[in-house]
Amino acid sequence: MHELAVAQALVEQVDAVIDQHQASRAILIRVRIGPLAGVVPDLLATAFPLAAAGRRMDHAELEFTHAPIRVHCQTCGAETEAAMNRLLCGACGDWHTRILSGDELLLESVELETAPALPLES
Amino acid sequence: MCDTCGCNLTPGNKHLAFKPVSKGATAVSVLKDLLAKNDDQARHNRTHFDQHGILAINLMSSPGSGKTALLEATLTALKNEFTCAVIEGDLETENDAERIRAKGVQAHQIVTGTACHLDAHLVHDALHHMNLDGVDILFIENVGNLVCPASFDLGQHLNVTLLSVTEGDDKPAKYPVMFRAADAMLLTKTDLLAVLDDFDPDKAEAHLRNLANPAPVMRLSARKDMGMDAWLTWLREQFAAQRARVAIGQSRRPAIQSDGMKYHRATA
Repeated sequence: MHELAVAQALVEQVDAVIDQHQASRAILIRVRIGPLAGVVPDLLATAFPLAAAGRRMDHAELEFTHAPIRVHCQTCGAETEAAMNRLLCGACGDWHTRILSGDELLLESVELETAPALPLES
Repeated sequence: MCDTCGCNLTPGNKHLAFKPVSKGATAVSVLKDLLAKNDDQARHNRTHFDQHGILAINLMSSPGSGKTALLEATLTALKNEFTCAVIEGDLETENDAERIRAKGVQAHQIVTGTACHLDAHLVHDALHHMNLDGVDILFIENVGNLVCPASFDLGQHLNVTLLSVTEGDDKPAKYPVMFRAADAMLLTKTDLLAVLDDFDPDKAEAHLRNLANPAPVMRLSARKDMGMDAWLTWLREQFAAQRARVAIGQSRRPAIQSDGMKYHRATA
């Protein structure tokens, strides 16, 4: 249920991006979530409209980029994919690994509708 | 990395920034951590702790695994050695803070209402109700929950995750996000192991290693005063390490935010 808190943080960030680019609204929001971030994409998608209600993104599409879990083995040096609760090296099986990806929680990109240009005064 | 000059673009993400979009629309690459606002506040809290020379420890576990009992025993044992303070997080009641105050230790209760976790802003607000002068160790007892608290940095230096032996020994496999974040795992209520036939401490430790987590595992019972010495020794070492870091202007973030980089320059 902390996804609502995450959705509120997302809305704040998108709002800042809209301001920064002097756009009128956001139409597509792309978020990258790794399984180890502890945020469930489906729940975030459910929470998002609540957090975005009345904001300049309330009709925006929320798109998720999958971030696979990849680990680097500090023993044999291999880079392999791993399961969420078995972050072992896929090559030698050692547990001395470091996460390369899979724990991201990123606002990746936003598509903005730019405000229509004001007609020039003649 | 910044949002303005394009230096956050890499060959790996470039395609996202320059994807063709419909007419009248612009695609903007952001690549910013969703919880950046919380993380900024957490950094601010951490700087505040470092300036006071305080070691801040975040205690996380399921409800009922013995966080408050561990604190009561720990505060009693360290009474003459360190000045401690406690922030308690619960959905309702002042009960836990009162238990801590009964030990003569400063405690502030955060009542979250319905929120399932503490965040950096709640902790910051709590700090305004506390006197941190002379405090050596600050314990933050998070809301009992093995899911949500793991995703929010509070500004602590260390995460300590408790697993009571009345829970399953496969909890680290079931809640990997939480147990991956642990800088130490405490197996609590071990006095009950004698009457439980389904909890294997070695298996619990193996599940933790499967998460590539090298954190020390300590077995103890706070109520029966078993195995407390190893925990108290670890606390003393961590406190000494914190003071050593502060002396050279460094800080430490808990395991989860390490990104392979264990220490970072304090931004004070």
